[in-house]
Amino acid sequence: MEFFLTSLLNGLSYGLLLFMLSSGLTLIFSMMGVLNFAHASFYMLGAYFAYQISSAIGFWPALVIAPLVLGLAGALLERYGLRTVHKSGHVAELLFTVGVALLVEEIVPLIWGRMAVKYAIPRELDFTLFSLFSTSFPAYRGFMLLVSVGMMVLLYVVLTRSRIGLIIQAALTHPEMVGALGHNVPRVFMLVFGVGTALAGLAGVIGGNAFVTEPSMAAAVGSIVFVIAVVGGLGSLEGAFIASLVLGIIQTFSVALDYSLSDLFAGSEVALLHDEALRSLFSIRISQMAPMIPYLVMVLMLIFRPQGLMGKRE
Amino acid sequence: MLQLDDVHAYYGKSHVLHGVNMRVRPGEIVSLLGRNGVGRSTTVKAIMGLVAMKGSVLFKGEELAGLESHKIARRGLGYVPEDRSVFPTLTVRQNLVLGMKSRRQKGRWNIDDMFTLFPSLRERADTAAGVLSGGEQQMLTLCRTLMGDPDLIMIDEPTEGLAPKIVAQVGELLEEIKNRGVSILLVEQKLTIALAISQRLYVMGHGQIVFEGTPEDLRSNSTVRKEWLEV
Ligand SMILES: Nc1ncnc2c1ncn2[C@@H]1O[C@H](COP(=O)(O)OP(=O)(O)O)[C@@H](O)[C@H]1O
Ligand SMILES: [Mg+2]
Repeated sequence: MEFFLTSLLNGLSYGLLLFMLSSGLTLIFSMMGVLNFAHASFYMLGAYFAYQISSAIGFWPALVIAPLVLGLAGALLERYGLRTVHKSGHVAELLFTVGVALLVEEIVPLIWGRMAVKYAIPRELDFTLFSLFSTSFPAYRGFMLLVSVGMMVLLYVVLTRSRIGLIIQAALTHPEMVGALGHNVPRVFMLVFGVGTALAGLAGVIGGNAFVTEPSMAAAVGSIVFVIAVVGGLGSLEGAFIASLVLGIIQTFSVALDYSLSDLFAGSEVALLHDEALRSLFSIRISQMAPMIPYLVMVLMLIFRPQGLMGKRE
Repeated sequence: MLQLDDVHAYYGKSHVLHGVNMRVRPGEIVSLLGRNGVGRSTTVKAIMGLVAMKGSVLFKGEELAGLESHKIARRGLGYVPEDRSVFPTLTVRQNLVLGMKSRRQKGRWNIDDMFTLFPSLRERADTAAGVLSGGEQQMLTLCRTLMGDPDLIMIDEPTEGLAPKIVAQVGELLEEIKNRGVSILLVEQKLTIALAISQRLYVMGHGQIVFEGTPEDLRSNSTVRKEWLEV
């Protein structure tokens, strides 16, 4: 039971972190029709920037500065990169974001090395929030949960209550009409792109020290976020939210679960288990399968519900 | 007020407008008539900066060609498209608010005017615009553009598919718009309200203007009506 509760909380905090990434990706996709392959690069840069800034002036300034810098960088990337490439069509845009992702992946190890950097949890938050019997829940996980929920509420309020949020919602379905009413749609695009990359950066700041800050983190998280976007239904924020939580929780549980099929049959003498190949299949632990589960979910989703959880069929 | 000189428009490689010349004077209602597919909507989109074009579009003496559509709108041009593009997830009131170019814009129209003109919109002020009937959506698109306080409004087939009673209501609204000093460029296919309210009319055929004149001119010119308008 206590295992279940702490794993659930861990899964939730991971899932919300994933949503911080996938929400930006989803908004950018539904507005501009571009699947931004460089999105997770901003996550990685968020972690590295935070590492650099926090070793100079501390974690708390880094928490604010790194996302702001990355938001600005994202806005500039949209304004001077993507907007120019846009004229050559969607494929060119896609390739452009892939190019940026590869570039970041090469530059990061040049500056910070190939090994993981020591980006540590701030001392103020390095304690156990509560313990249930034998399992403990770290305070930093609670902090991640708090920041993610705060961001999500803020995003929701801005999108549904503010004037700019209404313009964004309208531009999701009718960008031309919004422009013809006198709203500067390109500037809204730039803003959304900037906010999206700032959110990715923030996720990197709070995720980089909870997990590991290393050059492969963008690719690892990028593929999960990609899965979330597909499973949730490309362009659906609700879908991305559900998919983020589900995948976050599934992954956390599967990493923590140290069972295999043969454990299930332990005791009962199943004749099948005398077969060598089957025995090795049965002894694969769920935790060993964890990295593969998101892709399995995606493949199944594409077979049985290709438009994703909340996506509208094209 | 609005003057088009030798306007050409293109969808990719296909050349749709072949040198359109027309003008709208201050305070006028001008209709642009023609059969389906002759290029009336494209003309309006070209003025609004929504399709690739060549030629000159002067508005209040300034060149619009090449400007982005949000800048064109801010010069005082309003556009109501034919496809009733209400923002479906937003409420009726939110749709109207987004018609305004800024939070505190003041002009000829406010939300209460719209609700007085169309009481059914008031009743549904807080419902999602996507669930309104076709006629109500048409009214909402028109009202939304008016909220931006244009000096000239271009309306693409406002009566298409509407019940006769609502068509009459649209006619009245157009008169009211004109009375508040707004010029109108009305795109229509049927002659009914166009002949009744326009000061001048243009007839379009194959991407060019084929007739220009007053309602009387058109009434007495059965050749043009037969060749370019009647189906
Ligand atoms: N988005 C588009 N892409 C390509 N061709 C188009 C597009 N829209 C309209 N056309 C073509 O341009 C011509 C003029 O269309 P349009 O201006 O909509 O006519 P109207 O409004 O007079 O019915 C038609 O032949 C139509 O098929
Ligand atoms: Mg048309």
